Amino acid sequence: MDTRIEVIDKRLKNIRKIIAISGGKGGIGKSSVSATLAASLAKKGHKVGLLDLDFSGPSTHIILGIRNYDFPKEDKGIIPSKYFGIKFMSIISFAGENPAPLRGIDISNAIIELLAITQWGSLDFLIIDMPPGIGDTTLDIIRTMKRVKFIMISTPSKLAFEIVKKSINLLLELKMPIIGIIENMKFSENSSIKIQVEKYQLPFLGEIYFDKNLENAIGNIDKLYKTEFAEDLEKIIPKIFD
Amino acid sequence: MHEWALADAVVTSALKVAEKENLKKITKIVIKIGELQTIDEEIFNFALKEVIQPQQEILGNADIEIETEKAILKCRVCKNEWLFENARKNLDEDETESIHFIPETAHIYLRCPKCKSPDFEIKIGRGIWLDAVEGER
Ligand SMILES: Nc1ncnc2c1ncn2[C@@H]1O[C@H](COP(=O)(O)OP(=O)(O)OP(=O)(O)O)[C@@H](O)[C@H]1O
Ligand SMILES: [Mg+2]
Ligand SMILES: [Zn+2]
Repeated sequence: MDTRIEVIDKRLKNIRKIIAISGGKGGIGKSSVSATLAASLAKKGHKVGLLDLDFSGPSTHIILGIRNYDFPKEDKGIIPSKYFGIKFMSIISFAGENPAPLRGIDISNAIIELLAITQWGSLDFLIIDMPPGIGDTTLDIIRTMKRVKFIMISTPSKLAFEIVKKSINLLLELKMPIIGIIENMKFSENSSIKIQVEKYQLPFLGEIYFDKNLENAIGNIDKLYKTEFAEDLEKIIPKIFD
Repeated sequence: MHEWALADAVVTSALKVAEKENLKKITKIVIKIGELQTIDEEIFNFALKEVIQPQQEILGNADIEIETEKAILKCRVCKNEWLFENARKNLDEDETESIHFIPETAHIYLRCPKCKSPDFEIKIGRGIWLDAVEGER
């Protein structure tokens, strides 16, 4: 019997809302949304955790400008370090700058280990930045985090939406709750994604326009708060509360 | 001391087994520890006692056996097998500590001694698991 899986519920029991930021394709803004959402919620005074589960391309620490990462403190498990008011956990605390050449089974084991030993304490929100696709990481959080809810990201591209649809279909089949879909990198008033989402009878949470100044704000949380990207996201936040 | 979280996982699991099997008392549990996790047995034992403390009624008299399983790694490229015990000597303190927290980080810090590949399998010797639970109904 894998004792680690049995204890995960207990580790997460004082977290009010667990939200995974996912979507089919790579490079559509999952990490940018995860990091900025966590930062905005923390700024509003909520107790927030950010869990970066993209082991091969951890990004949220770069977006927020977390540099002095080290081993987490130990007390009845490991305690996520706090940066900018966010309790933060990522593979980078253990791997540093090194690449992590992990196969699926290793990714599963590492995720389960991390979930079993991390003591988040009480949180209003735990935001999870997911890797692209619907592989091991998605299946593992579905298996181990019973209360997880999903926010799916798409871009205006048909290509992105067709692939996000696959993830959505899988989640619906597995009866996993989807909070809704965010359209990111919007550049025109075309509302074809919104119409398609509504056909699915899923909430369309809102749109984030392509922000040419976002790149400039990466690594500086104060600049990040002031971007149009963050302002667009701000309008979406009230919809994730209920 | 993250051994506490692992001891807690073991005890939580044992209690779940007892509930499922309608055991009133647990008389024996066998815990296996994979060597890869480099768990300090003394610390683990101490943590285990602390976690069991509030569960006296059901676990108070349980006989607790802890066995360590040597870790064997096997290269997927050249099929070479080697012992973590030997590879460990070349790791620095931080690398050992990483593996202690998340055993899979072995893939970051270890390479196949023969062909230098990071693509190896942890054949045995990872994790902590409950090998047996015995009790009275
Ligand atoms: N609305 C936007 N406007 C401008 N640039 C954006 C926007 N959203 C994301 N980006 C940029 O696009 C790139 C990819 O974003 P991000 O890393 O957040 O995507 P991702 O979905 O997490 O990628 P991966 O699948 O690799 O994890 C980044 O350089 C990011 O700064
Ligand atoms: Mg990402
Ligand atoms: Zn080899």
